[in-house]
Amino acid sequence: MTNWSDKTLLSVAMLKPVLARVAKMVGVIIAVAIFNFFLVHAAPGDPALVIAGQAGATDEAYMARVRAAYGLDQPLTTQLTGYLRKVVTLDLGYSYRQQRPVAEVIAERLGPTILLTGTAFIISLVGGIVLGGLAGVRAGKFSDTVITVLSLVVYATPVFWLGIMLVLLFAVQLEWLPPFGYQTVGADLAGWALWLDRGRYLLLPAATLGLLYLAIYARLMRASIIEVSHQDFVKTARAKGAGRSRVLWRHMLRNALLPVVTMAGVQAGTLIGGSVVIETIFAWPGLGRLTYEAVLQRDYQLLLGIFLVMSIVVAIFNLVTDLLYRVVDPRIRSV
Amino acid sequence: MMVTKRQFNKLLLSAGAICFADLSFGSTRAYGQTRGGTLNAVLQPEPPMLNIAVNQQTPTQTIAGKIFLSLLTYDFDLKPLPSLAKSWSISADGKTYTFKLEQNVKWHDGQPLTADDVVYTVTEFLPVTNPRAKAIFARCESVTAPDPHTVVFKLKQPFAAFLGAFDIATLPVMPKHIYAGTDLQKNPANFKPIGSGPYKFKEWVRGSHIHLVRNEDYFKPGKPYLDAIIYRIVPDGASRAVAIEEGQVQLTQWTDLELFDAQRLAKNPKFVMTTKGYEYFAPIMYLEMNVRSAPLNDKRFRYAISHAIDREFVRDKILYGFGKVATGPISSKTRFYDGNVRKFDYSIAKATALLDEMGLKPDSEGVRARLKLPVAPYGEMPARACEYIRQSLAKIGIAVTLETSDAAGWAQKIANWDYDLNLTWPFQYGDPAIGVTRLYVSSNIHKVLFSNTIGYSNPEVDRLADAAAAEMDEGKRQALYSQMQKILVEDSPIAWLVEMEFPTIYDKRLQNVVTTGIGIHESFDEVYFKG
Repeated sequence: MTNWSDKTLLSVAMLKPVLARVAKMVGVIIAVAIFNFFLVHAAPGDPALVIAGQAGATDEAYMARVRAAYGLDQPLTTQLTGYLRKVVTLDLGYSYRQQRPVAEVIAERLGPTILLTGTAFIISLVGGIVLGGLAGVRAGKFSDTVITVLSLVVYATPVFWLGIMLVLLFAVQLEWLPPFGYQTVGADLAGWALWLDRGRYLLLPAATLGLLYLAIYARLMRASIIEVSHQDFVKTARAKGAGRSRVLWRHMLRNALLPVVTMAGVQAGTLIGGSVVIETIFAWPGLGRLTYEAVLQRDYQLLLGIFLVMSIVVAIFNLVTDLLYRVVDPRIRSV
Repeated sequence: MMVTKRQFNKLLLSAGAICFADLSFGSTRAYGQTRGGTLNAVLQPEPPMLNIAVNQQTPTQTIAGKIFLSLLTYDFDLKPLPSLAKSWSISADGKTYTFKLEQNVKWHDGQPLTADDVVYTVTEFLPVTNPRAKAIFARCESVTAPDPHTVVFKLKQPFAAFLGAFDIATLPVMPKHIYAGTDLQKNPANFKPIGSGPYKFKEWVRGSHIHLVRNEDYFKPGKPYLDAIIYRIVPDGASRAVAIEEGQVQLTQWTDLELFDAQRLAKNPKFVMTTKGYEYFAPIMYLEMNVRSAPLNDKRFRYAISHAIDREFVRDKILYGFGKVATGPISSKTRFYDGNVRKFDYSIAKATALLDEMGLKPDSEGVRARLKLPVAPYGEMPARACEYIRQSLAKIGIAVTLETSDAAGWAQKIANWDYDLNLTWPFQYGDPAIGVTRLYVSSNIHKVLFSNTIGYSNPEVDRLADAAAAEMDEGKRQALYSQMQKILVEDSPIAWLVEMEFPTIYDKRLQNVVTTGIGIHESFDEVYFKG
């Protein structure tokens, strides 16, 4: 085992594989963009029909005008090349449904989304490692049983039900927290008061979303600690007289973290997508709901924009996770 | 934000102070009892924009009703009431309609509203953006403004339903100085609307809320009473029920609440529940049949389907009692209804006998016919109704395949006539000539939604619909529509099931919420909180 500090992360030897990965990443993103384009257009029904369905009346001229405005009267290949040309210049297009640039539409949802998913991520990661670690170390004891049972129950509970129950308890019965929303409307708060207010609104949805992943991390961490504790190097450490805490912190924890890092990497990539269910229950103005609505309304440009942003973020997080492996487990560097 | 008692009293005090300034009106009415307060209401789904002239969704109309003005509005019996037009007259030949507008009406940016804005909206704006309004106003030979407060519509032919087309969804008056010469769909004012109504647009935080504030320069002195209305976008049904129960919002409408929640809340003494205020829309939930091919082209087969559906079950179990069993194409909540038509009682025996008479024998699986029913993707209610229809028709040997998809997929199937049965509930828009006959006349067989997609054609119905639309005498018009209803039910291209009702639920302190046939889409300039 070496110290964290004696290897620089971005040494020249490391830079080369990183660059190779980045090049691959760009290729993957473009392939995904093309795939998304066909996927989105494969769904039956076009935006003109959706608008007509909501309008209560329509005529052919109006439908033709809407299709022309969306560019849907063009052949699919023309639409694809037009789309790709824009993607390369990082122009996300124009949402015909909202009549605004896609980048603007996405940007205004990004803040609340990251606030929600980021908080939930931290809650689940920290809580999961601590509780799972505790359970693993005390495997078979009472505290382990409690943690294991609770995490199983949470994991098996549908997230929407959990959300509604938390609302009923904390918002309706106890009246400690607001049942839904992003901040107090019309209060004109600023500075600390604003963030305190938002924090109150954030707590329930972030906890609901976080609990599910917390349960997953706790179970992963527990299993992983138990597995590591039976390995030879841990036995050696114990044999050479290392204390309990030293064995745990120096030897077991870092090794046990690997599966959690893998899982967290996958989850981090999806953070930006938000959560349709949580955002719906708590009326949170996030990207999940925006995506869902864009699908229903066949807002192709907006949908493709969201997909593109998500695929870029997922690719970046995969890269970061790979690099993190190298930090957590030096053996991977040679692979 | 909910107004607490204390905050509310404070508001009343400040409103009282304003009162003194208003004493010059010589009114003895104590504004102090009514002014002030913020109304929080549910809005769902979130509209894509806030201009009803461009987007016709009901949430858009809810907002637009507060921000924009229409020439008229309609009472519970759908008789016209003044709004932006203070008076109107119709020439003896039924071809010239003259409206006198209110004076001193200003746009929210301070510009005066004149007859020119009305002419612009009818002749240049709506024909581009609203197909339904376009079809109605295409009947005009000319629309002119002889002076700044008079608008004259000259029709090519008399059109008896014309006076019904001046509501906020059909003719919301648009500001010419903002829209003229711009791309109407993309104009930024569609998102930050500039209207002339009692409330002004303040803020729209997408995914969260839309904030409207009192228009101090509203043309009716002392009104509106409320300081602000905040529409909260709450996408989940259970959360909406919690929101009104806990007082975060004070008003829900249409399908905001699941009907079982509405049923429960209606019993709570904190709230008032009414099903009035939907007369202008008055949808009938019905099962339409694509009559182009066998066996649906046989009247006896359609009768069998009509007999096999228990309408009372649909009303009581699927709509939780919100509705009235329908008898034909025109809703009894609107005008020109006639219930003296062929009746379809629930009878499996009669239905089976009709199928036997046709010679439709069950095959080895007991199936006489197979039909496709695309399920309208608008929530739980239509899904349950379609399930029920499948089970009911199975009893008489008709196998129904339910096809599920989202709104776009469903609309595509219906618009392309690619279905056998379809459960839907179009609005009737206050007059059969606008909202009903469009579904049956053969001149309106088109590959678009809300046309005669079932392919029904009967020259006598076409003749009656045309004659009734041009008939200015109410009595004669009733006779024509009575005749038309008789024939349509005799042909039964549609099994009319239930005249739908919708619960509007509000905090009992709130006054004057539902006062007309367009209900919560009204301007709310007389809504107030009772102390």
